Amino acid sequence: MTSLAPPARAGVCLSGKKARALVRLLILEYPRLVQPTLFASVQWTVSSLTRYVRDLLESDASLQDVWVEGEISNLSRPASGHVYFTLKDSGAALRCVLWKTSAARLGMNLQEGLAVAVHGKLGVYEVSGQYQLYADQIRPVGEGALYQEFLRLKAVLEAEGLFDGARKRPIPELPRRIGIITSGTGAALRDILNTLRRRSPLAEVIFAAAPVQGVEAPPALVAALAALDAQATDVILLARGGGSIEDLWAFNDERVVRAVVACGTPVICGVGHETDFTLCDFAADLRAATPTAAAELATRITREDLAAYVRDAGLRLATMLLNLLAAQRNLFAGLIAELRYASPERRVISERQRVDDYARRALAGLVHRVRLEAAQLKGLAQGLDALSPLAVLGRGYAVVTRKTDGRVVSRLALASAAMRVRVSDGEFDVRKS
Amino acid sequence: MPKSATPKPVKDLNYEQALAELEGILSALENDQKSLDESMKIFERGQALVARCNELLEAAELKVKKISGDALIPFEDDSS
Repeated sequence: MTSLAPPARAGVCLSGKKARALVRLLILEYPRLVQPTLFASVQWTVSSLTRYVRDLLESDASLQDVWVEGEISNLSRPASGHVYFTLKDSGAALRCVLWKTSAARLGMNLQEGLAVAVHGKLGVYEVSGQYQLYADQIRPVGEGALYQEFLRLKAVLEAEGLFDGARKRPIPELPRRIGIITSGTGAALRDILNTLRRRSPLAEVIFAAAPVQGVEAPPALVAALAALDAQATDVILLARGGGSIEDLWAFNDERVVRAVVACGTPVICGVGHETDFTLCDFAADLRAATPTAAAELATRITREDLAAYVRDAGLRLATMLLNLLAAQRNLFAGLIAELRYASPERRVISERQRVDDYARRALAGLVHRVRLEAAQLKGLAQGLDALSPLAVLGRGYAVVTRKTDGRVVSRLALASAAMRVRVSDGEFDVRKS
Repeated sequence: MPKSATPKPVKDLNYEQALAELEGILSALENDQKSLDESMKIFERGQALVARCNELLEAAELKVKKISGDALIPFEDDSS
Protein backbone atom coordinates (compact mmCIF):
# COMPACT_ATOMS: atom_id res chain seq x y z
CA MET A 1 0.00 0.00 0.00
CA THR A 2 1.52 3.31 -0.97
CA SER A 3 1.29 6.36 1.15
CA LEU A 4 0.55 8.58 -1.76
CA ALA A 5 -2.46 10.67 -1.09
CA PRO A 6 -4.82 11.38 -3.94
CA PRO A 7 -5.82 14.98 -4.52
CA ALA A 8 -9.26 14.32 -3.15
CA ARG A 9 -7.83 13.95 0.30
CA ALA A 10 -6.87 17.57 0.38
CA GLY A 11 -10.23 18.53 1.85
CA VAL A 12 -11.52 19.99 -1.37
CA CYS A 13 -15.20 19.54 -1.94
CA LEU A 14 -16.04 18.18 -5.33
CA SER A 15 -19.32 18.17 -7.09
CA GLY A 16 -20.91 14.75 -7.55
CA LYS A 17 -20.02 14.71 -11.21
CA LYS A 18 -16.39 15.58 -10.66
CA ALA A 19 -16.20 13.07 -7.88
CA ARG A 20 -17.55 10.37 -10.11
CA ALA A 21 -15.01 11.21 -12.77
CA LEU A 22 -12.31 11.07 -10.20
CA VAL A 23 -13.46 7.71 -8.96
CA ARG A 24 -13.37 6.34 -12.47
CA LEU A 25 -9.94 7.78 -13.03
CA LEU A 26 -8.63 6.31 -9.85
CA ILE A 27 -10.03 2.88 -10.40
CA LEU A 28 -8.88 2.56 -13.98
CA GLU A 29 -5.75 4.66 -14.19
CA TYR A 30 -4.25 4.86 -10.77
CA PRO A 31 -2.17 1.70 -10.87
CA ARG A 32 -0.67 2.80 -14.16
CA LEU A 33 -0.01 6.31 -12.98
CA VAL A 34 1.83 5.28 -9.86
CA GLN A 35 3.53 2.30 -11.47
CA PRO A 36 5.20 3.75 -14.51
CA THR A 37 7.52 0.80 -15.08
CA LEU A 38 6.44 -2.54 -16.48
CA PHE A 39 8.18 -4.76 -14.04
CA ALA A 40 7.91 -3.00 -10.81
CA SER A 41 4.09 -2.96 -10.74
CA VAL A 42 2.41 -3.12 -7.31
CA GLN A 43 -0.03 -5.97 -6.92
CA TRP A 44 -3.34 -4.83 -5.34
CA THR A 45 -5.56 -7.30 -3.78
CA VAL A 46 -9.24 -6.96 -4.60
CA SER A 47 -9.89 -6.22 -1.01
CA SER A 48 -7.22 -3.58 -0.65
CA LEU A 49 -8.26 -1.90 -3.84
CA THR A 50 -11.87 -1.95 -2.90
CA ARG A 51 -11.11 -0.66 0.59
CA TYR A 52 -9.07 2.09 -1.01
CA VAL A 53 -11.90 3.10 -3.27
CA ARG A 54 -14.29 2.98 -0.35
CA ASP A 55 -12.06 5.26 1.67
CA LEU A 56 -11.88 7.63 -1.24
CA LEU A 57 -15.64 7.87 -1.62
CA GLU A 58 -16.40 8.08 2.02
CA SER A 59 -13.85 10.76 2.66
CA ASP A 60 -15.51 13.08 0.14
CA ALA A 61 -17.83 15.21 2.23
CA SER A 62 -19.93 16.16 -0.78
CA LEU A 63 -20.77 12.50 -1.38
CA GLN A 64 -21.86 12.00 2.20
CA ASP A 65 -24.80 14.36 1.97
CA VAL A 66 -26.61 14.03 -1.34
CA TRP A 67 -30.14 14.20 -2.67
CA VAL A 68 -30.62 12.03 -5.72
CA GLU A 69 -33.77 12.01 -7.78
CA GLY A 70 -34.92 8.98 -9.68
CA GLU A 71 -37.44 6.21 -10.04
CA ILE A 72 -37.57 3.23 -7.75
CA SER A 73 -37.01 -0.22 -9.30
CA ASN A 74 -35.96 -3.69 -8.12
CA LEU A 75 -37.55 -2.92 -4.78
CA SER A 76 -36.82 -5.66 -2.28
CA ARG A 77 -37.76 -6.03 1.34
CA PRO A 78 -36.16 -9.06 2.88
CA ALA A 79 -37.12 -10.32 6.33
CA SER A 80 -34.23 -8.38 7.84
CA GLY A 81 -36.35 -5.23 7.54
CA HIS A 82 -33.79 -3.42 5.46
CA VAL A 83 -34.98 -2.16 2.10
CA TYR A 84 -33.02 -2.48 -1.12
CA PHE A 85 -33.81 -0.84 -4.41
CA THR A 86 -32.29 0.66 -7.47
CA LEU A 87 -32.80 4.29 -8.32
CA LYS A 88 -32.96 4.82 -12.05
CA ASP A 89 -33.25 7.58 -14.51
CA SER A 90 -33.03 7.36 -18.28
CA GLY A 91 -29.27 7.09 -18.29
CA ALA A 92 -28.06 5.38 -15.15
CA ALA A 93 -28.86 3.31 -12.12
CA LEU A 94 -27.82 3.59 -8.50
CA ARG A 95 -28.04 0.86 -5.91
CA CYS A 96 -29.67 2.05 -2.71
CA VAL A 97 -29.98 0.62 0.76
CA LEU A 98 -32.40 1.81 3.40
CA TRP A 99 -31.59 0.41 6.81
CA LYS A 100 -34.40 -0.94 8.91
CA THR A 101 -34.34 1.96 11.38
CA SER A 102 -34.52 4.56 8.60
CA ALA A 103 -37.21 2.55 6.82
CA ALA A 104 -39.32 2.66 9.99
CA ARG A 105 -39.10 6.47 10.12
CA LEU A 106 -39.88 6.93 6.43
CA GLY A 107 -43.59 7.90 6.66
CA MET A 108 -44.35 6.93 3.09
CA ASN A 109 -44.93 3.85 1.01
CA LEU A 110 -42.21 2.90 -1.42
CA GLN A 111 -43.50 1.52 -4.65
CA GLU A 112 -41.98 0.21 -7.79
CA GLY A 113 -41.83 3.04 -10.36
CA LEU A 114 -42.39 5.81 -7.81
CA ALA A 115 -40.51 9.02 -8.49
CA VAL A 116 -38.61 9.97 -5.37
CA ALA A 117 -35.78 12.03 -4.09
CA VAL A 118 -33.45 10.03 -1.87
CA HIS A 119 -31.06 11.49 0.66
CA GLY A 120 -28.07 9.65 2.00
CA LYS A 121 -24.36 9.05 1.73
CA LEU A 122 -22.42 7.24 -0.92
CA GLY A 123 -20.40 4.20 0.07
CA VAL A 124 -19.02 0.92 -1.21
CA TYR A 125 -20.25 -2.51 -0.33
CA GLU A 126 -17.02 -4.34 -0.45
CA VAL A 127 -18.41 -7.86 -0.60
CA SER A 128 -19.93 -7.29 -4.00
CA GLY A 129 -17.69 -4.43 -4.98
CA GLN A 130 -20.58 -2.17 -5.53
CA TYR A 131 -20.80 1.41 -4.63
CA GLN A 132 -24.24 2.37 -3.39
CA LEU A 133 -26.29 5.00 -1.67
CA TYR A 134 -27.01 4.47 1.97
CA ALA A 135 -30.37 6.23 2.16
CA ASP A 136 -31.80 7.87 5.28
CA GLN A 137 -34.67 9.99 3.89
CA ILE A 138 -36.95 9.58 0.93
CA ARG A 139 -39.63 12.00 -0.24
CA PRO A 140 -41.96 11.81 -3.16
CA VAL A 141 -41.53 14.15 -6.08
CA GLY A 142 -44.28 15.22 -8.50
CA GLU A 143 -47.50 14.71 -6.47
CA GLY A 144 -45.22 14.54 -3.52
CA ALA A 145 -44.00 18.03 -4.31
CA LEU A 146 -47.51 19.37 -3.59
CA TYR A 147 -47.45 17.64 -0.27
CA GLN A 148 -44.06 19.17 0.49
CA GLU A 149 -45.43 22.57 -0.39
CA PHE A 150 -48.41 21.87 1.89
CA LEU A 151 -46.09 21.04 4.76
CA ARG A 152 -43.87 24.03 4.09
CA LEU A 153 -46.76 26.51 3.96
CA LYS A 154 -48.42 24.90 6.94
CA ALA A 155 -45.24 25.36 8.95
CA VAL A 156 -44.94 29.00 7.87
CA LEU A 157 -48.55 29.89 8.67
CA GLU A 158 -48.48 27.92 11.88
CA ALA A 159 -45.41 29.86 12.96
CA GLU A 160 -47.33 33.05 12.28
CA GLY A 161 -49.99 31.87 14.69
CA LEU A 162 -52.75 31.73 12.09
CA PHE A 163 -53.87 28.31 13.27
CA ASP A 164 -53.88 29.16 16.96
CA GLY A 165 -56.86 27.86 18.86
CA ALA A 166 -56.99 31.17 20.72
CA ARG A 167 -58.01 33.12 17.64
CA LYS A 168 -60.85 30.78 16.74
CA ARG A 169 -64.24 32.38 17.24
CA PRO A 170 -67.34 30.64 18.52
CA ILE A 171 -69.93 29.69 15.93
CA PRO A 172 -73.34 31.26 16.66
CA GLU A 173 -75.85 28.63 17.68
CA LEU A 174 -78.75 30.17 15.82
CA PRO A 175 -77.38 32.12 12.87
CA ARG A 176 -79.92 34.25 11.04
CA ARG A 177 -77.83 34.73 7.93
CA ILE A 178 -75.68 31.88 6.69
CA GLY A 179 -73.16 32.44 3.92
CA ILE A 180 -72.19 29.60 1.62
CA ILE A 181 -69.15 29.56 -0.63
CA THR A 182 -68.89 26.63 -3.00
CA SER A 183 -69.34 25.68 -6.60
CA GLY A 184 -72.75 26.41 -8.09
CA THR A 185 -72.82 23.01 -9.71
CA GLY A 186 -71.41 20.59 -7.15
CA ALA A 187 -73.18 18.22 -4.80
CA ALA A 188 -71.80 20.19 -1.86
CA LEU A 189 -74.29 23.03 -2.38
CA ARG A 190 -77.22 20.63 -2.61
CA ASP A 191 -76.10 18.76 0.51
CA ILE A 192 -75.72 22.00 2.47
CA LEU A 193 -79.06 23.47 1.38
CA ASN A 194 -80.91 20.24 2.14
CA THR A 195 -79.37 20.11 5.58
CA LEU A 196 -80.17 23.75 6.33
CA ARG A 197 -83.71 23.36 4.99
CA ARG A 198 -84.30 20.42 7.29
CA ARG A 199 -82.66 21.83 10.40
CA SER A 200 -83.05 25.58 10.27
CA PRO A 201 -85.57 26.81 7.70
CA LEU A 202 -85.86 30.16 9.48
CA ALA A 203 -82.40 31.07 8.33
CA GLU A 204 -81.58 33.18 5.36
CA VAL A 205 -78.90 31.86 3.06
CA ILE A 206 -76.58 33.97 0.98
CA PHE A 207 -74.78 31.91 -1.61
CA ALA A 208 -71.60 33.09 -3.26
CA ALA A 209 -70.68 30.84 -6.15
CA ALA A 210 -66.98 30.31 -6.76
CA PRO A 211 -64.99 27.78 -8.72
CA VAL A 212 -63.43 25.39 -6.22
CA GLN A 213 -60.56 24.12 -8.31
CA GLY A 214 -58.21 25.41 -10.97
CA VAL A 215 -56.15 28.55 -11.16
CA GLU A 216 -59.15 30.87 -10.99
CA ALA A 217 -60.39 29.26 -7.76
CA PRO A 218 -58.15 30.98 -5.15
CA PRO A 219 -58.91 34.59 -6.18
CA ALA A 220 -62.61 33.74 -6.58
CA LEU A 221 -62.73 32.17 -3.13
CA VAL A 222 -60.98 35.19 -1.64
CA ALA A 223 -63.49 37.53 -3.34
CA ALA A 224 -66.44 35.41 -2.17
CA LEU A 225 -65.22 35.51 1.44
CA ALA A 226 -64.99 39.30 1.28
CA ALA A 227 -68.42 39.60 -0.37
CA LEU A 228 -70.15 37.43 2.25
CA ASP A 229 -68.30 39.19 5.04
CA ALA A 230 -69.77 42.45 3.71
CA GLN A 231 -73.28 40.93 3.74
CA ALA A 232 -73.30 40.78 7.54
CA THR A 233 -73.59 37.02 7.59
CA ASP A 234 -73.43 35.35 10.99
CA VAL A 235 -71.38 32.42 9.78
CA ILE A 236 -69.80 31.40 6.48
CA LEU A 237 -69.57 27.83 5.19
CA LEU A 238 -66.59 27.27 2.92
CA ALA A 239 -67.22 23.95 1.24
CA ARG A 240 -66.25 21.56 -1.47
CA GLY A 241 -66.93 17.91 -2.15
CA GLY A 242 -64.23 15.27 -2.18
CA GLY A 243 -61.42 15.03 -4.71
CA SER A 244 -57.74 14.39 -5.19
CA ILE A 245 -55.09 16.51 -3.50
CA GLU A 246 -54.80 18.55 -6.71
CA ASP A 247 -58.58 19.06 -6.77
CA LEU A 248 -58.57 20.37 -3.21
CA TRP A 249 -55.47 22.47 -3.78
CA ALA A 250 -57.22 25.83 -3.88
CA PHE A 251 -58.01 25.35 -0.19
CA ASN A 252 -54.26 25.11 0.50
CA ASP A 253 -53.58 28.33 -1.38
CA GLU A 254 -51.93 30.88 0.86
CA ARG A 255 -54.23 33.70 -0.36
CA VAL A 256 -57.34 31.72 0.52
CA VAL A 257 -55.97 30.65 3.90
CA ARG A 258 -55.10 34.23 4.77
CA ALA A 259 -58.54 35.42 3.60
CA VAL A 260 -60.19 32.89 5.93
CA VAL A 261 -58.13 34.26 8.80
CA ALA A 262 -58.91 37.87 7.84
CA CYS A 263 -62.65 37.24 7.46
CA GLY A 264 -64.67 39.12 10.08
CA THR A 265 -67.30 36.40 10.14
CA PRO A 266 -66.69 32.99 11.70
CA VAL A 267 -65.87 30.44 9.00
CA ILE A 268 -66.67 26.73 9.01
CA CYS A 269 -64.58 24.81 6.51
CA GLY A 270 -66.02 21.60 5.09
CA VAL A 271 -63.78 20.44 2.28
CA GLY A 272 -63.48 16.93 0.93
CA HIS A 273 -64.05 13.91 3.11
CA GLU A 274 -63.27 13.01 6.70
CA THR A 275 -59.66 12.16 5.88
CA ASP A 276 -58.88 15.28 3.86
CA PHE A 277 -57.19 18.12 5.66
CA THR A 278 -56.54 21.42 3.96
CA LEU A 279 -54.83 24.52 5.31
CA CYS A 280 -58.25 26.23 5.26
CA ASP A 281 -59.39 23.57 7.72
CA PHE A 282 -56.64 24.67 10.08
CA ALA A 283 -57.31 28.38 9.52
CA ALA A 284 -61.10 28.16 9.85
CA ASP A 285 -62.85 28.77 13.15
CA LEU A 286 -64.28 25.28 12.90
CA ARG A 287 -63.39 22.32 10.73
CA ALA A 288 -66.15 20.09 9.43
CA ALA A 289 -65.46 16.70 7.90
CA THR A 290 -67.84 17.25 4.97
CA PRO A 291 -70.06 20.00 3.51
CA THR A 292 -73.10 18.39 5.19
CA ALA A 293 -71.31 18.34 8.53
CA ALA A 294 -70.48 22.03 8.05
CA ALA A 295 -74.19 22.80 7.62
CA GLU A 296 -74.99 20.80 10.75
CA LEU A 297 -72.36 22.58 12.80
CA ALA A 298 -73.81 25.91 11.66
CA THR A 299 -77.27 24.95 12.94
CA ARG A 300 -76.77 23.55 16.41
CA ILE A 301 -80.24 24.73 17.36
CA THR A 302 -82.74 23.12 15.03
CA ARG A 303 -86.36 23.87 14.24
CA GLU A 304 -87.38 21.04 16.60
CA ASP A 305 -85.41 22.64 19.41
CA LEU A 306 -87.10 25.96 18.75
CA ALA A 307 -90.56 24.41 18.63
CA ALA A 308 -89.94 22.66 21.95
CA TYR A 309 -88.76 25.91 23.46
CA VAL A 310 -91.83 27.81 22.27
CA ARG A 311 -94.09 25.04 23.53
CA ASP A 312 -92.44 25.29 26.91
CA ALA A 313 -92.73 29.07 26.91
CA GLY A 314 -96.45 28.77 26.15
CA LEU A 315 -96.89 26.37 29.06
CA ARG A 316 -94.99 28.63 31.41
CA LEU A 317 -97.10 31.52 30.30
CA ALA A 318 -100.35 29.61 30.87
CA THR A 319 -99.20 28.41 34.29
CA MET A 320 -98.33 31.94 35.24
CA LEU A 321 -101.74 33.15 34.17
CA LEU A 322 -103.47 30.44 36.17
CA ASN A 323 -101.44 31.37 39.23
CA LEU A 324 -102.15 34.98 38.66
CA LEU A 325 -105.86 34.35 38.29
CA ALA A 326 -105.96 32.13 41.37
CA ALA A 327 -104.25 34.83 43.39
CA GLN A 328 -106.62 37.43 42.06
CA ARG A 329 -109.62 35.21 42.80
CA ASN A 330 -108.53 34.83 46.41
CA LEU A 331 -108.02 38.53 46.67
CA PHE A 332 -111.41 39.09 45.12
CA ALA A 333 -113.16 36.67 47.44
CA GLY A 334 -111.69 38.53 50.41
CA LEU A 335 -112.83 41.83 49.01
CA ILE A 336 -116.35 40.51 48.39
CA ALA A 337 -116.66 39.41 52.01
CA GLU A 338 -115.48 42.77 53.19
CA LEU A 339 -117.70 44.57 50.79
CA ARG A 340 -120.73 42.56 51.77
CA TYR A 341 -120.29 43.56 55.39
CA ALA A 342 -120.03 47.22 54.50
CA SER A 343 -122.76 46.97 51.95
CA PRO A 344 -125.84 49.36 51.90
CA GLU A 345 -127.87 46.26 51.11
CA ARG A 346 -128.67 45.70 54.73
CA ARG A 347 -129.98 49.21 55.04
CA VAL A 348 -132.00 48.75 51.89
CA ILE A 349 -133.60 45.70 53.42
CA SER A 350 -134.59 47.53 56.58
CA GLU A 351 -135.86 50.45 54.58
CA ARG A 352 -137.93 48.11 52.54
CA GLN A 353 -139.40 46.68 55.70
CA ARG A 354 -140.27 50.07 56.92
CA VAL A 355 -141.97 50.90 53.64
CA ASP A 356 -143.92 47.66 53.85
CA ASP A 357 -144.91 48.56 57.34
CA TYR A 358 -146.07 51.97 56.31
CA ALA A 359 -148.01 50.50 53.45
CA ARG A 360 -149.70 48.01 55.69
CA ARG A 361 -150.60 50.66 58.17
CA ALA A 362 -151.87 52.96 55.45
CA LEU A 363 -154.06 50.23 54.09
CA ALA A 364 -155.49 49.46 57.50
CA GLY A 365 -156.34 53.14 57.98
CA LEU A 366 -158.02 53.25 54.65
CA VAL A 367 -160.17 50.22 55.37
CA HIS A 368 -161.21 51.65 58.73
CA ARG A 369 -162.13 54.85 57.10
CA VAL A 370 -164.16 53.17 54.40
CA ARG A 371 -166.01 51.23 57.07
CA LEU A 372 -166.67 54.40 59.00
CA GLU A 373 -168.02 56.10 55.92
CA ALA A 374 -170.20 53.11 55.17
CA ALA A 375 -171.73 53.22 58.69
CA GLN A 376 -172.34 56.89 58.42
CA LEU A 377 -174.01 56.40 55.08
CA LYS A 378 -176.28 53.79 56.55
CA GLY A 379 -177.39 56.18 59.35
CA LEU A 380 -178.13 58.87 56.82
CA ALA A 381 -180.15 56.46 54.72
CA GLN A 382 -182.21 55.54 57.76
CA GLY A 383 -182.88 59.22 58.52
CA LEU A 384 -183.86 59.69 54.94
CA ASP A 385 -186.30 56.79 55.13
CA ALA A 386 -188.13 58.40 58.03
CA LEU A 387 -188.73 61.47 55.93
CA SER A 388 -189.84 59.55 52.85
CA PRO A 389 -193.59 59.76 51.93
CA LEU A 390 -193.31 56.13 51.07
CA ALA A 391 -192.78 55.31 54.69
CA VAL A 392 -196.34 56.70 55.42
CA LEU A 393 -197.84 54.06 53.12
CA GLY A 394 -196.51 51.44 55.50
CA ARG A 395 -198.64 52.80 58.16
CA GLY A 396 -201.87 52.24 56.06
CA TYR A 397 -202.06 55.42 54.02
CA ALA A 398 -202.47 55.17 50.24
CA VAL A 399 -201.82 57.53 47.35
CA VAL A 400 -204.61 57.83 44.76
CA THR A 401 -203.75 59.15 41.31
CA ARG A 402 -205.86 59.67 38.21
CA LYS A 403 -205.13 57.13 35.58
CA THR A 404 -205.55 59.60 32.82
CA ASP A 405 -202.98 62.18 33.86
CA GLY A 406 -201.43 60.79 37.01
CA ARG A 407 -202.46 63.74 39.18
CA VAL A 408 -202.73 62.97 42.87
CA VAL A 409 -206.40 63.02 43.91
CA SER A 410 -206.00 65.13 46.99
CA ARG A 411 -209.56 66.60 46.77
CA LEU A 412 -212.89 65.23 45.65
CA ALA A 413 -213.02 67.51 42.71
CA LEU A 414 -209.98 65.83 41.32
CA ALA A 415 -211.60 62.37 41.43
CA SER A 416 -212.02 60.77 37.97
CA ALA A 417 -213.65 57.58 36.73
CA ALA A 418 -210.51 55.49 36.75
CA MET A 419 -207.91 55.94 39.39
CA ARG A 420 -204.82 54.12 40.71
CA VAL A 421 -204.16 53.37 44.31
CA ARG A 422 -200.66 52.95 45.61
CA VAL A 423 -200.04 51.13 48.85
CA SER A 424 -196.81 50.28 50.60
CA ASP A 425 -196.06 47.18 48.54
CA GLY A 426 -197.78 47.85 45.18
CA GLU A 427 -200.74 49.52 43.42
CA PHE A 428 -204.17 48.70 41.99
CA ASP A 429 -206.85 50.40 39.95
CA VAL A 430 -210.24 51.52 41.25
CA ARG A 431 -213.43 52.93 39.69
CA LYS A 432 -215.47 55.80 41.14
CA SER A 433 -218.97 54.61 41.97
CA MET B 1 -89.71 44.25 26.82
CA PRO B 2 -92.90 45.81 25.49
CA LYS B 3 -92.37 48.93 27.52
CA SER B 4 -93.06 51.14 24.58
CA ALA B 5 -96.49 52.67 24.33
CA THR B 6 -97.34 51.00 21.04
CA PRO B 7 -95.76 47.60 20.70
CA LYS B 8 -95.25 46.37 17.17
CA PRO B 9 -98.05 44.13 15.92
CA VAL B 10 -96.90 40.53 16.36
CA LYS B 11 -97.41 39.79 12.71
CA ASP B 12 -94.63 42.26 11.95
CA LEU B 13 -92.15 40.46 14.20
CA ASN B 14 -89.66 37.95 12.93
CA TYR B 15 -88.90 34.85 14.95
CA GLU B 16 -85.98 36.27 16.90
CA GLN B 17 -87.90 39.41 17.81
CA ALA B 18 -90.98 37.48 18.85
CA LEU B 19 -88.92 35.05 20.91
CA ALA B 20 -86.91 37.79 22.59
CA GLU B 21 -90.06 39.65 23.54
CA LEU B 22 -91.68 36.44 24.77
CA GLU B 23 -88.69 35.79 27.01
CA GLY B 24 -88.95 39.32 28.35
CA ILE B 25 -92.62 38.79 29.11
CA LEU B 26 -91.98 35.51 30.89
CA SER B 27 -89.37 37.03 33.12
CA ALA B 28 -91.54 40.08 33.73
CA LEU B 29 -94.49 37.92 34.75
CA GLU B 30 -92.27 35.76 36.90
CA ASN B 31 -90.42 38.51 38.68
CA ASP B 32 -92.37 41.74 38.65
CA GLN B 33 -95.39 42.76 40.63
CA LYS B 34 -97.87 44.14 38.19
CA SER B 35 -101.50 45.09 38.27
CA LEU B 36 -103.90 42.45 37.07
CA ASP B 37 -104.88 44.60 34.17
CA GLU B 38 -101.30 45.06 33.13
CA SER B 39 -100.51 41.38 33.67
CA MET B 40 -103.47 40.33 31.58
CA LYS B 41 -102.41 42.68 28.86
CA ILE B 42 -98.88 41.36 28.66
CA PHE B 43 -100.13 37.80 29.04
CA GLU B 44 -102.29 38.27 25.99
CA ARG B 45 -99.30 39.69 24.20
CA GLY B 46 -97.31 36.65 25.30
CA GLN B 47 -99.93 34.30 23.91
CA ALA B 48 -99.92 36.14 20.63
CA LEU B 49 -96.14 35.86 20.55
CA VAL B 50 -96.25 32.10 21.18
CA ALA B 51 -98.72 31.78 18.34
CA ARG B 52 -96.52 33.94 16.14
CA CYS B 53 -93.44 31.84 16.88
CA ASN B 54 -95.30 28.63 16.12
CA GLU B 55 -96.68 30.05 12.95
CA LEU B 56 -93.24 31.16 11.80
CA LEU B 57 -91.74 27.77 12.67
CA GLU B 58 -94.48 25.94 10.81
CA ALA B 59 -94.34 28.10 7.75
CA ALA B 60 -90.60 28.65 7.65
CA GLU B 61 -89.00 28.03 4.31
CA LEU B 62 -85.32 28.50 3.75
CA LYS B 63 -84.72 31.71 1.83
CA VAL B 64 -81.78 31.39 -0.49
CA LYS B 65 -80.22 34.34 -2.24
CA LYS B 66 -77.21 34.49 -4.43
CA ILE B 67 -74.61 37.20 -4.66
CA SER B 68 -74.51 38.51 -8.18
CA GLY B 69 -72.01 41.31 -8.52
CA ASP B 70 -73.01 43.71 -5.76
CA ALA B 71 -76.63 42.59 -5.69
CA LEU B 72 -78.51 39.75 -4.03
CA ILE B 73 -80.81 37.84 -6.32
CA PRO B 74 -83.20 35.02 -5.41
CA PHE B 75 -81.58 31.67 -5.93
CA GLU B 76 -83.53 28.63 -7.03
CA ASP B 77 -81.80 25.36 -6.60
CA ASP B 78 -83.16 22.12 -7.92
CA SER B 79 -82.58 20.18 -4.74
CA SER B 80 -85.84 20.95 -2.98
